[in-house]
Amino acid sequence: MLRSCRPLFAAIALAGTFAAVPQMASADVTLLNASYDVARDFYKDYNPLFQKYWKAKTGESVEVKQSHGGSSKQVRAVADGLEADVVTMNQSPDVDFLAEKGLVARDYTKKFPNNASPYTSTMVFIVRRGNPKGIHDWSDLGRSGIQVILPHPKTSGNGRYSYLGAWGYALRQPGGNDKTALEFVGRVLKNAPLFAAGGRDATTTFMQRKLGDVLVSFESEAELIAREFGRGEFEVVYPSQSILAEFPVAIVDRVVDKKGTRRQAQAYLDYLWSKEGQENAAQNYQRPRDPEVLKKYAAQFPAIRTFTVDEVFGSWSKAFAAHFRDGGSFDQIYQVK
Amino acid sequence: MSVAAARHVLPGFRLGMGYTILYLSLIVLLPLAAMVFKSTELTAAQFWAIASGERALASLRITFGASLLAAMINAVFGVLTAWVLVRYPFPGKRFVDALVDLPFALPTAVAGITLATLYAGNGWIGRYLEPLGVKVAFTPLGIVVALTFIGLPFVVRTLQPVIEDIEPELEEAAATLGATRWQTFARVLFPAMLPALLTGFTLALSRAIGEYGSVIFIAGNMPLISEITPLLIVSKLEQYDVAGATALAVVMLVISFVLLLAVNGLQWRLANSRRAGARA
Amino acid sequence: MKPRHSALAEPPIVRIALTTLALLFLAFFLGLPLLSVFAEAFAAGVPAYLRALADPEARSAVILTVIVALGVLPLNIVFGVAAAWVIAKFEFRGKAALITLIDLPFAVSPVVAGLVFVLIFGAQGLFGPWLMAHDIKIIFALPGIVLATLFVTFPFIARELIPLMQAQGREEEEAAISLGASGWQMLWRVTLPNIKWGLLYGVILANARAMGEFGAVSVVSGHIRGETNTLPLHVEILYNEYNQVGAFAAASVLAMLALVTLLAKTAVEWRMRRETAMLSAELSPERVPAPASGRTAGATHPSAERP
Repeated sequence: MLRSCRPLFAAIALAGTFAAVPQMASADVTLLNASYDVARDFYKDYNPLFQKYWKAKTGESVEVKQSHGGSSKQVRAVADGLEADVVTMNQSPDVDFLAEKGLVARDYTKKFPNNASPYTSTMVFIVRRGNPKGIHDWSDLGRSGIQVILPHPKTSGNGRYSYLGAWGYALRQPGGNDKTALEFVGRVLKNAPLFAAGGRDATTTFMQRKLGDVLVSFESEAELIAREFGRGEFEVVYPSQSILAEFPVAIVDRVVDKKGTRRQAQAYLDYLWSKEGQENAAQNYQRPRDPEVLKKYAAQFPAIRTFTVDEVFGSWSKAFAAHFRDGGSFDQIYQVK
Repeated sequence: MSVAAARHVLPGFRLGMGYTILYLSLIVLLPLAAMVFKSTELTAAQFWAIASGERALASLRITFGASLLAAMINAVFGVLTAWVLVRYPFPGKRFVDALVDLPFALPTAVAGITLATLYAGNGWIGRYLEPLGVKVAFTPLGIVVALTFIGLPFVVRTLQPVIEDIEPELEEAAATLGATRWQTFARVLFPAMLPALLTGFTLALSRAIGEYGSVIFIAGNMPLISEITPLLIVSKLEQYDVAGATALAVVMLVISFVLLLAVNGLQWRLANSRRAGARA
Repeated sequence: MKPRHSALAEPPIVRIALTTLALLFLAFFLGLPLLSVFAEAFAAGVPAYLRALADPEARSAVILTVIVALGVLPLNIVFGVAAAWVIAKFEFRGKAALITLIDLPFAVSPVVAGLVFVLIFGAQGLFGPWLMAHDIKIIFALPGIVLATLFVTFPFIARELIPLMQAQGREEEEAAISLGASGWQMLWRVTLPNIKWGLLYGVILANARAMGEFGAVSVVSGHIRGETNTLPLHVEILYNEYNQVGAFAAASVLAMLALVTLLAKTAVEWRMRRETAMLSAELSPERVPAPASGRTAGATHPSAERP
């Protein structure tokens, strides 16, 4: 009888022999880039470009490791000890948090051009083919009988940009003020049958489960949607104006000083503004900062009037406090009456 | 813990108990203590404000209500499934048996995405339910479906070995004494299964209470309607409010602990009274 | 199986009805989701599926997932047996409380389960500064992932064994001891063989959960591609990147763990049948083999539950 329970342990031991130890990197320097979750394609293309450039320039081979995840989760990980040399995020509150903790320079937005954001994007509407509900601008999102799909504004970056986009639009209408904006955003949220778990989930709900009349999403994701679900299934609508999404990058001082990788990290981020880096952004459907590159890809990026978070809300941290903190405008909309 | 172990001869109480306590402390109690400790960064008033807010209360009601409902569904169908899997032969039984573990192996997010797709208005199941006026995906009902899914293996897997172990002699004796099959089941078999059933129920319940990954994809996450407490915890973390998040977690932990203690206490009383009855 | 007396078995109509009901329930709750996962995984055809699995990042995620499970299972097996032994075979005060403490990790949201380890080992945590100074990595590395997984799979094996050992009573072990067996002999020759089904189920469940856990691990992993991404994390990332086929292909690998269950059970059953046959050949004639019945081989349990 003793032997009868051995297969179990034998199986465990056997499985153990299959487990291999991941091989070590052979590069001179290794950088870790902690980034948001949709940025993988971008950096998958960008990292080899940089490696080639750096090798040619200094003869040093650099390996760049990538870590992708929800933006604020990533930043919390860096604050808690994830040794990322650089962070490349999709909204400044996340990098602000690191600055507050002293891991990143307080004036990180000044360390690189364009507010330290090498490319931008904006919020657009995805509607069903032929735009049956005639959705053309943010105001249509508040109409009765329209279903709006967006991710949860309190737990996702996409949701926050969508929310602030609607708010900023209302504020910038004639006679617009915080009260009219709250009323307008309240109507938009009332039209939301659900809050998706994240940007990707909102897309699945809209495209695959065929729920809702309009999906609010990053312009750059429209291309990903087309690749996944096929062109012709939907149309992209550009509203009269929209919010400019910036993607701040920063060097994590505490890590590069410890690892001695500041030079490489600096070069890695600088190179994002090079022609190659900007072209790569455009090819990944992010709006490049370089006017020449932008012109080259003009067909891809229709002109749209945009406003930044800083212009309309003062700063990201003010916007965050006013709208997404507990008791902020989002919570007020859902207060028990 | 005073021990009546001296009464009987079995060894290993001290070693077993010592190891159990040590391991429990290291892996579970210490981390949870760190969590409670973190929540003490808040003042009592702050803590109370977080715990008693309308949104928090609504989410607790939804979380615990849906979890109880799902655990009950699992208890009923778990008994049925375990019984059928152990006692009745049917083609493809091994495959079906293996399938029971699926809810654990599948990452919760995948489970949530898949269930939401199945139960959405155009999904394989939703398209038949929606004309009947039953909406599952993106409603509180969706939460129950997801929680039933993730808790399903518990009842089945705790019952299976116990049913396998039931002595045929027990049933034979009952039959010889003139009991009908139903009487045998109700008076002999079911009582033998009850402790395991309660265990399975408890586990399914506790797992459901904490579940996050699958629920957020199917719940719809509307404040006050389909917002679960773990989502509120995550939204606190998104604000980098770790202390606030741990406060909510502590509230959940205390309620769960009381709930589980009640069920476990009930189970032990039950077992003891049966043992006493058996001795008499 | 022996033909049963009518009071020993349900009428055929009841059997069929119950079987149908159970299968319908399972079909809706397990079958369709499984089918749906595979449908998504193969949506772009078999080559795309295989390509997704051959991806080096997917492979390293599989390897990491297996390593984590291998690290977690032995620890939880030892704990499970020890805890179940103490709880099922001895009487002591505070037992319900002890069991409840063992249950607790299930009730803790996975999000929080990861967080608690960050609170202890993170750079801003209790031991974080010390660990950093000594360059010891716990979270955002393998040890953290193992710890978080240990936490979420903590109760499985113990909880699986407690009701079983309780139902079996302590007479057999007492007999072994009074016949002069040492504690370890009793453990290896009486206790473990008696509980092996429960243990197997517990291990299978714990293994499935260890490999499938997302929430807690995602907090402590750091998500470094090809390094600290477990399979469930890999699935999520692929999904978020609009690589639906890749995501569901990876998920289907985890779903197929169910097949491992099948293999393990079959293997144990086979071994058992062979041994029972051997034993019954050389031992007492009353230990009749009961092949394929799935019942613990030849062991009779004078359990506490006498009618």
